[in-house]
Amino acid sequence: MFRASLIAIIFWLSPLMASSADSDRGARLYGRCTGCHSLDYDRTGPRHCGLIGRKAGAVPGFVYSSAMKNSSILWSVQTLDVFLQNPRAFMPGNRMPYAGIKNNQDRADLIAFLVAANDDPKQCAQP
Amino acid sequence: MTKKNASTFIPKFVDLSRRSMLSLGGKGILSAGAVALLSGSETLALVNPASADEMNEDVQFLNAALGAEQEAIAAYQVGAESGLLGKSALDLAVQFQGHHKEHATLLAKTVTQLGGKAVAPKMDYHFPVEKLKTEADVLGFAASLEKGAVSAYLGAVPLFTNRDLAQAAASILGDEAMHWAVLRSALGQNPVPSAFMS
Repeated sequence: MFRASLIAIIFWLSPLMASSADSDRGARLYGRCTGCHSLDYDRTGPRHCGLIGRKAGAVPGFVYSSAMKNSSILWSVQTLDVFLQNPRAFMPGNRMPYAGIKNNQDRADLIAFLVAANDDPKQCAQP
Repeated sequence: MTKKNASTFIPKFVDLSRRSMLSLGGKGILSAGAVALLSGSETLALVNPASADEMNEDVQFLNAALGAEQEAIAAYQVGAESGLLGKSALDLAVQFQGHHKEHATLLAKTVTQLGGKAVAPKMDYHFPVEKLKTEADVLGFAASLEKGAVSAYLGAVPLFTNRDLAQAAASILGDEAMHWAVLRSALGQNPVPSAFMS
């Protein structure tokens, strides 16, 4: 209950971050993700095309941690903002080995890029 | 310019008070645990004891790194067999693939030493081979993987509970950053385009 309330408060605050997101800058920041992720195919991390609006742990054929699979999270600007700030604190037991992006503008820009790329046919052509 | 004590430049996570510090030719210092890890010694062990949960997390991080190294090995194999690389580029690809093999071997061994099960390489990997038509394409693809690997290690290093493992991961990060710089140089690009990595 407490955890749910805390998440609700964080989500309420998180729109503050999205006031001037720059998806072009986010595209450059996406380089931080490309050790494990790609937009259009699965690597050691799942693909990011279609991420916005997708339930966590739901890419077919990708093997997720139980924590991710059972999280009931729906990925959105808000949920990504909270998750990316500190993935392991937000979702203990998930396997993403990443300390997080502490800078609010960096997160906002990166998420703006993910939103722009989400269903872009040029970047999200199925292999 | 203010003259700084040499210890200013030693990463904060290195405990200077420990007896296990070893000097490396006066140019750097690694703890005994990190040296054990980097040399593949059977005696790694847990110079910094951690709880089972914390160790499990470290094993997770090591396995994630191992998966990425296995992918890099496969990617360099694709590049080497593409027929697009001249001799000097092929020599680089083979050398760097060899480094990734060394990383993978060590990571797998360490996972096992810590009681985990090392992930196996995938049966097949997806690479954008349809976009690789020239030597520059292959080198550019390799450079992008190396840059991604640097970022991945950079994001993972702070997470290790065992600081010796963190230091060892940082050592691999340094190697992959050198790969990135050399590949950029081979492409005629500025090998070190910025003062910081992210």
